[in-house]
Amino acid sequence: MTSLAATPFPHRHLLGIEDLSADEITALLDLSDTYVDLNRRPEKKLGRLRGRTQINLFFETSTRTKTSFELAGKRLGADVINMSVEGSAIKKGETLIDTAMTLNAMQPDAMVIRHSDSGAADLLSQKVNGSVINAGDGSHAHPTQALLDALTIRRRLGQLQGLTVAICGDILHSRVARSNIQLLGKMGALVRVVAPPTLLPAAVDRLGVEVHHDMVSGLKNVDIVMMLRLQLERMKGAFVPSIREYYRYYGLDRDKLAHAKPDALIMHPGPMNRGVEIDTEVADDIHRSVIREQVEMGVAVRMACLDALVHRTLERPAEAATQ
Amino acid sequence: MTGKVAYTNARLLDPTSGTDSRGDLLTVGDTIADVGELFSAGVPDDCTVVDCAGHCLAPGLIDMMAALGEPGREHKETITTGTRAAAAGGITTVVASPDTRPIMDEIALIEFLDRQAQTSGVVRVLPAATITKGMAGQEMTEIGLLAEAGAVLFTDGYRSITNPQVLRRALSYASTFGALIAHHTEVPELVGDGVMNDSETATRLGLGGNPAAAETIMLERDLRIAELTGGRYHAASISTADSVDAMRQAKDKGLRVTCGVAPYHFALNENEVGHYRTFTKVSPPLRSESDREAIVAGLADGTIDIIASHHRPEDPEAKRLPFAQAAYGAVGLETAFLIGLELYHKGQLPLLDLLARLTAGPAAILSLPQGRLARGAPADLVVFNPDTPARIDAEGFQSKSKNSPFDARPIQGQVLRTVVAGATVFEAA
Repeated sequence: MTSLAATPFPHRHLLGIEDLSADEITALLDLSDTYVDLNRRPEKKLGRLRGRTQINLFFETSTRTKTSFELAGKRLGADVINMSVEGSAIKKGETLIDTAMTLNAMQPDAMVIRHSDSGAADLLSQKVNGSVINAGDGSHAHPTQALLDALTIRRRLGQLQGLTVAICGDILHSRVARSNIQLLGKMGALVRVVAPPTLLPAAVDRLGVEVHHDMVSGLKNVDIVMMLRLQLERMKGAFVPSIREYYRYYGLDRDKLAHAKPDALIMHPGPMNRGVEIDTEVADDIHRSVIREQVEMGVAVRMACLDALVHRTLERPAEAATQ
Repeated sequence: MTGKVAYTNARLLDPTSGTDSRGDLLTVGDTIADVGELFSAGVPDDCTVVDCAGHCLAPGLIDMMAALGEPGREHKETITTGTRAAAAGGITTVVASPDTRPIMDEIALIEFLDRQAQTSGVVRVLPAATITKGMAGQEMTEIGLLAEAGAVLFTDGYRSITNPQVLRRALSYASTFGALIAHHTEVPELVGDGVMNDSETATRLGLGGNPAAAETIMLERDLRIAELTGGRYHAASISTADSVDAMRQAKDKGLRVTCGVAPYHFALNENEVGHYRTFTKVSPPLRSESDREAIVAGLADGTIDIIASHHRPEDPEAKRLPFAQAAYGAVGLETAFLIGLELYHKGQLPLLDLLARLTAGPAAILSLPQGRLARGAPADLVVFNPDTPARIDAEGFQSKSKNSPFDARPIQGQVLRTVVAGATVFEAA
């Protein structure tokens, strides 16, 4: 019944983009496309992960990512358990390994982890038998976000190859930026980072990006403007002097956007600080802002990742053929 | 001990005299009685004979900084395990880090450490005391009384004294007693949340970066203060090319300053962090390859005076954590010399110069009688073969902790015998 040949997917874990080849990324996006279609049907539940157990282990607050992973698992038929350990005693890193070992003993097939420390997903993956999906670790990686961003772009513009993408804002602390830089680079897009020097990590140019310190040059003729969230506590003099000054120079408004291509898309991983890094009017522009589309793509991408990792193949679900 | 031991058929290596020749050595009790071609006519009957079989015989190594766990951190190391590790590494004198619990800022604690070392140490353990009370960087300790009680140097461990006035007064005051101030050189505010070298690797791993300038700025400040006060200053562990330059310039100026390095800073670079290997998390952090090369050059031209193990034992619980949360430090007593030998094998440092950084160098800084093969010197010796191929095996360490960034590293060299005060305290199996 499957129309897509079952290509092997040789990865047990999804810890970052660096482990994926361009072909694997394309195949994951293709599979995600199938799930987008399935998710738009009234009957959304599939049996691909029936009987499988997925544990969402969130050491950091998250609404949309956790919900997205939960829905993805449930729509595939998995038993999904959420463990929000944010704020509880378990939050301390000392117990990460203990927690992992305990949960591992319950034989989960997939563990989705978010943690405030870079490398936490890596560490977890060394201790468990099932698949580990990194849902964001410190400033290191957020691979499913990069995949869903790529899917959003690809569905709008047809391909990633040859596009110019400006990633703007707090690159220093952003795992979303790092994963996007890697993925977009692998897929042949040109990536610019636009930020004040205090919000750029060391030797960022070595990641193969163009570095800009002002929005005018940074946004010139870009196809995509990707805004990053800036934590408010980082704007009280530590990294930038004030919200007012940041918004003046780096907030995305109509004037700055005018330097991008006329039909440039606006993206944001959410949650947005309206009036800080992005103007409300721009964020809500139904023609150019794809921010809500990104959320929809998130569920499909996570279904594709769960499916591929647990089965170790990229197989189009049987249900897709019957639509 | 009044026994005589004849070490025969040795390659005698003594950096102080520049000796590198075939010969023998005689110890009587705890002292070297003679050295040279002693037994061509045969060994006297009253001597115990140790046939060195052509292997190298050198002064026992002196380690200016190692954490021995006592008091307060006995789950990571004890005097017994730490000194056994030292002996296995050819080290016969260890300066014990004062970063203990409680912190070594009181005379009674120095006395406690001395007693422990007497009863359970197999090598010489010399106490160090902190520069400031509680290592808080504010009030200086009783430097005179602590020195009198046996503290051979003063250091706030891996903490820097940020207030320049405090360091100035400590150096100034310590000069009255000729006391040595050994300082960790990092500006903590510039280190910030940095846990590895600030570089492309840190950016890729999403880890906070510790810039090289954080070290060099503190070192340059310190060198000015040393000049101002005339105190005896030792930069405990430098890691950057700019720091080597700063030390070189200070020495050219004639300042009485010295510096040391840890083996991981001449053997490893930041790439070793790999996928968040917490055993490579050290302070200061592993730096770039060009920094590492500059450290090697500094050792070769004598800008860097000594190599210290910077042994920091950590239990698995402190290391099996996300990188940013893991403890700093690496064990080093058993590997310092073997890793040092890599410099010799690569032709970067002659064997006698390597030994100088590990024996005569620290002996001169600490004004110790050991560290040389000379009549009347303490009979602290190491017999080694610099060529034996081997692989570092952390599980086999004498140390209670196994956090070595060198585990499984192929090396050349083996410590065959370690002698402290005339008695063999380690013999290779």
